[in-house]
Amino acid sequence: MSSIGTGYDLSVTTFSPDGRVFQIEYAAKAVDNSGTVIGIKCKDGIVLGVEKLITSKMMLPGSNRRIHSVHRHSGMAVAGLAADGRQIVARAKSEATSYESTYGEAIPVKELAQRVASYVHLCTLYWWLRPFGCGVILGGYDRDGPQLYMVEPSGISYRYFGAAIGKGKQAAKTEVEKLKLSEMTCREGIIEVAKIIYKVHDEAKDKAFELEMSWVCEESKRQHEKVPEVLLEEAKVAARLALEEMDAD
Amino acid sequence: MDLNLNDEHSMGTTIIGVTYDGGVVLGADSRTSTGMYVANRASDKITQLTDNVYVCRSGSAADSQIVSDYVRYFLHQHTIQLGQPATVKVAANLVRLMAYNNKNMLQTGLIVGGWDKYEGGKIYGIPLGGTIVEQPFAIGGSGSSYLYGFFDQAWKEGMTKDEAEQLVVKAVSLAIARDGASGGVVRTVIVNADGVTRNFHPGDSLQLWHEELEPQNSLLDILNTASPEPMNF
Repeated sequence: MSSIGTGYDLSVTTFSPDGRVFQIEYAAKAVDNSGTVIGIKCKDGIVLGVEKLITSKMMLPGSNRRIHSVHRHSGMAVAGLAADGRQIVARAKSEATSYESTYGEAIPVKELAQRVASYVHLCTLYWWLRPFGCGVILGGYDRDGPQLYMVEPSGISYRYFGAAIGKGKQAAKTEVEKLKLSEMTCREGIIEVAKIIYKVHDEAKDKAFELEMSWVCEESKRQHEKVPEVLLEEAKVAARLALEEMDAD
Repeated sequence: MDLNLNDEHSMGTTIIGVTYDGGVVLGADSRTSTGMYVANRASDKITQLTDNVYVCRSGSAADSQIVSDYVRYFLHQHTIQLGQPATVKVAANLVRLMAYNNKNMLQTGLIVGGWDKYEGGKIYGIPLGGTIVEQPFAIGGSGSSYLYGFFDQAWKEGMTKDEAEQLVVKAVSLAIARDGASGGVVRTVIVNADGVTRNFHPGDSLQLWHEELEPQNSLLDILNTASPEPMNF
């Protein structure tokens, strides 16, 4: 449903006659061009996974991190313009530490999501700023249990059981909807996320990719951390097997 | 030893906060003094910060009131933003930030106590410099000097609500007996999952301690009331 917003799309402070702000929609397109990012809420925690498209064979594996820890108990996976993402992560970290300094406890995930969303939205209100060209999936574990939020370039933020952004988001969302998340532990969730990312990766259009995953759950003592190497390898193996089975049909 | 009525209002005070199995009991005396003059003999030193968190105030009356007012304001905003009641820990932390950052100007010792659904009943002591200490029970004010030994002996874990309130009333009453800057009535506030209960214990309902005299009726009462002249030469 893409239309040329002739004349009404030059500034983020201009509405089109049918009530759209085109600049924000264009910002969302930047997110759609990026590698797929998935987040799921399992019964004991959150799993985040990123399809990191490798643009050059010279890059060291593990570089260009897409998942960042915001606080001890929460982390953020970014899709879209990398530099914009860095800003959002920096802001989230700053909000989290300032909350803790003032209130003496870790920032509730809901509050963190609201603050990040406000910040992203702020940049859609003034003509001298441009909207962030990235979407963020934020997962955390606080006193009210594990929670998953997604923030879009427009500044909208919702809470989800499962969320996906980036190139393969449509296919990824369909796959996530098939999962029985309320009965799944994070250990099982890691395998499922890996399978989905391998599945939605487009071999024809994109070449190599690296799978980056993190979790925050009971097993990780409610701290946000990279999925341990051993489990990550298991997940990759399982995902490749599942792909081969599918191809074999 | 002149009465200087221009002295700052100070609450000599005895304040106490005690946790029990299911909530907290806060207690205080009711004397506000201006030097040697008792400016208010029935003051309420237990102030509400939110529906579920209260603070006992001691030291300078003005300083403790202003800190309570600011913290109530910040907590109100915080509650709106969070969408649920603030925790006792957060309330205590805000009080402590005020006390610490303005330590040169303030002279007030506070005890924050309340109940929230995550941690249950909690007491936080915030003495003069702005330290914050989470304690199973806390005592403060000039009258508290006489209670350290008493609590060492009388305090125990896991008391019932009534045991805790009786302990608090007894302790404040003991302090009132010995501390000239504490007196009047004993007020208590009990905070738990069911809500808040305020109780009032008049001065004459408290038991008498060592060498305290029974209240005497005024000599005027026994004279002949028919005669308007009290003195008959």
